Amino acid sequence: MIVGGNETVLVQGMTGRQGTFWTGRMREYGTGIIGGVNPKKAGTRHIGLPVWGSAVEAAGDVAIDATVLFIPPQGVKAAALDALAAGIRKLVILTEHVPVHDVMWVLAAAREAGAQVIGPNTAGIVTAGESFVGFMPASNPRIFRSGTVGVISRSGSLGTFVCLRLCQAGLGISHFIGIGGDPVTGTTTLDAVRILDADEHTEAIAIVGEIGGSMEEAAAEYVSTMTKPVAAFIAGAAAPEGRRMGHAGAIVVGGKGSFASKRRALERAGVRVVPTPAGIPDALQL
Amino acid sequence: MNLLEHAGKSLLAVAGINVPQGYVCRNLDEVAVAAEALGPCVVKAQVPAGRRGKAGGIRLADNIEEAVAAAEQVFDMVIGGHVVRELLVEQQVEIVEEIYVALVNDPETKGPMLLFSAEGGMEVEDLVRERPETLLRLPVDIRDGMGQVPLERGVSQLIQILYLLFIEADAELLEINPLVRTVDGELVALDCKLAFDDSSAWRQPDLVEISEPERLTALEARARDMGLRYIELDGDVGILANGAGLTMTTMDAVTHYGGRPANFLEIGGDAYTRAKDALSLVLSNPRVKSLLVNFCGAFARTDVMTEGLLAAWDEVPDDMPVFFTIHGTGDEEAIAMIRDRLGMEPFELMDDAVVAAVEAAR
Repeated sequence: MIVGGNETVLVQGMTGRQGTFWTGRMREYGTGIIGGVNPKKAGTRHIGLPVWGSAVEAAGDVAIDATVLFIPPQGVKAAALDALAAGIRKLVILTEHVPVHDVMWVLAAAREAGAQVIGPNTAGIVTAGESFVGFMPASNPRIFRSGTVGVISRSGSLGTFVCLRLCQAGLGISHFIGIGGDPVTGTTTLDAVRILDADEHTEAIAIVGEIGGSMEEAAAEYVSTMTKPVAAFIAGAAAPEGRRMGHAGAIVVGGKGSFASKRRALERAGVRVVPTPAGIPDALQL
Repeated sequence: MNLLEHAGKSLLAVAGINVPQGYVCRNLDEVAVAAEALGPCVVKAQVPAGRRGKAGGIRLADNIEEAVAAAEQVFDMVIGGHVVRELLVEQQVEIVEEIYVALVNDPETKGPMLLFSAEGGMEVEDLVRERPETLLRLPVDIRDGMGQVPLERGVSQLIQILYLLFIEADAELLEINPLVRTVDGELVALDCKLAFDDSSAWRQPDLVEISEPERLTALEARARDMGLRYIELDGDVGILANGAGLTMTTMDAVTHYGGRPANFLEIGGDAYTRAKDALSLVLSNPRVKSLLVNFCGAFARTDVMTEGLLAAWDEVPDDMPVFFTIHGTGDEEAIAMIRDRLGMEPFELMDDAVVAAVEAAR
C-alpha cells in the first residue's frame, strides 16, 4: 500500500480539527489533496479546498486515487463504504478504536471492490520526499530523509522513532508503511513486506513489530525467500502477559503472540532481530 | 471485556440454547440451597480465566454436604490471578458426546471464523497442536452471515443462533467447550466464554453492565478515571512516553540495559495532551527513583506534550533524576522549552537516555 506523489487524495473528515491540521501538512509536503468530505458542509470550501457531501459525490466531479479517513470510530464503517461505493481503490483509515466487526465488514467490501485498505489505527504512509497520507512528521528531514530503507510499523510513534534512528545512522527512507495496532487490519505485515520487496526504490526492509497476534510469524515464511536484507525489532519483550499494552492487538494470551515466538519465526527466516531500535541500521548491513 | 461463565450462559439461554439449570452463589448458605434444589450438581468457580478444571476450580457433588464441602474448598482459591468470589452451582448432566464450537475474529481471513471439533472437552490449543485435522475452520463473510454449515442439523441450527449472538455482542470470542449431547439427545452448553470488543463498548451498554470488571490497582483505577491507560509494574524507572509502541519499546530498553520499568502509560491517540495528568500518575508511585521522558511525535505533538509536562513540574521532587529524549512533530519547540525553563539538555539517542536513567535508579 503506497500512495505516489502524482496520485489524488480525498480527505474524509477534512473540516475537523485534526483533519484541517494534517490536510495542511500533507499539501505542504506535496501530496495531491483534492478536497474533503463533510455531509453538513457540502458545497462549501475549507482551507481553500472543495468540500463534498460524500465520496460518491466527489468522485462524480474529480478522479480520486486514494482517500484518508479522519473520522470518529462510530462513523468509520459508513465513511469507508461510501469511499468504496465511489470506486476509490486505496483507503487509509487512521481512526483508533473502530469496532472490529465494523472493520471486518469494510475489509470484506474492499476485497470485493478490489480496493486496498491500510489501518485502521495506522499513522499512515510516507513516500519520502514525495507524499505522505496520514499523520506523520514527513517534512522533518531528520526523520524522513529520502533513501532506500522501507519501514513497516504497527505503531506510529515507534515507526517514527525507527525512521529517525535510520537517518541518524546516515541511511534514508524509501517508504514508511504504518499498518496499525489493531487485531484485524487491512494491510498486514506480510502484505507490506511483499509491497516493499517488489518496490524498486527499496533495498532493505525494517520490520517494526509488536507482541500480540501472529502477523510477524505470517510474514516470516515469505521473508525467508527474499534477497533484500531484513531486520526487525519487536516491541513488548518486557510486557506482562494478559495485559493489553495500549494497542487493542498488543496482548499476549496463553503464550500466543509472544515476543519469543515472533523472534523465533523471524530468526528462522534469516532476519536479524535486535534488542532495541538502535541496532536496526547495523543489522541491515547496508 | 470478558463475561463470566454464568453471564455468558444467561445470554445463550435467552437466545434459545440449552444450558444446565444453575444458580450463582456467593456463600455456603446459597450453595446449600442450590444443591438442595438441584440434587447431584457441579460447583464451578467463576473467574475470567481458563483451565479452571485443572486448577481444581470445578468439582462434582452428589448431595448437599458434598456441594458445601466442595464450595468451601473453591471459595477464595486464586485461579489465574483471580480470587474466587462467586460459584455457579449447576445440575449434573449425563454426557454421551463432547463437542467444541467457537467463533472468533480471524486476522488472516479478516472476518469471523467458525471453529468446530467433534472432539471437545480439551483446550483447543492442545487439540490443534496434537491433531490439527480434527478442527474444522470455516471463514464467514460478515456481510452474508452464517449460512448452512455442513454439520448435523441440530448442531447447524445451534451454530446459526450462536453466530447471531456473536454479531449482536460485537464478540471477539464466543466459545462453547464442551457442547454436549445428553442421553436424551439434547445439545447442552456446559461452558461459555464470551469476550467482546472494548472498542464497541459505546454500543454495548448492557454487556458492559454484566461484564467482569478488570482488576486494577489503586493507581491503575485512578488512571482509568482520568482516561489514561496505566499498568503498574514492579520496577523503579518511571516512564513517560507517547504511543503504545514507543512506550513498550522504552520499557524493553530499560529492561535490556539492566533496569526495571515502574510502569506502562499510554498517552497516545488523543490523550497526548494529558501529559500533566500522566506525569503526576507516574510520580504517584513511591518506588520511582528516576524518570525517563521519551517523546517521539507523529500524530502527537511533542511541544504540546512538553507544555503539559512543564505544567506539572512542581510535582517532581527536587532529588528526582530526570532524563529526556524528544523527537518528531514539534521537537524544536519542545527542546527549546526544556532548555529555557528547566535548563536541561535532552539526549539525542534514546539508548543513552535509558542507560542514564537506569544508572540513576541504582
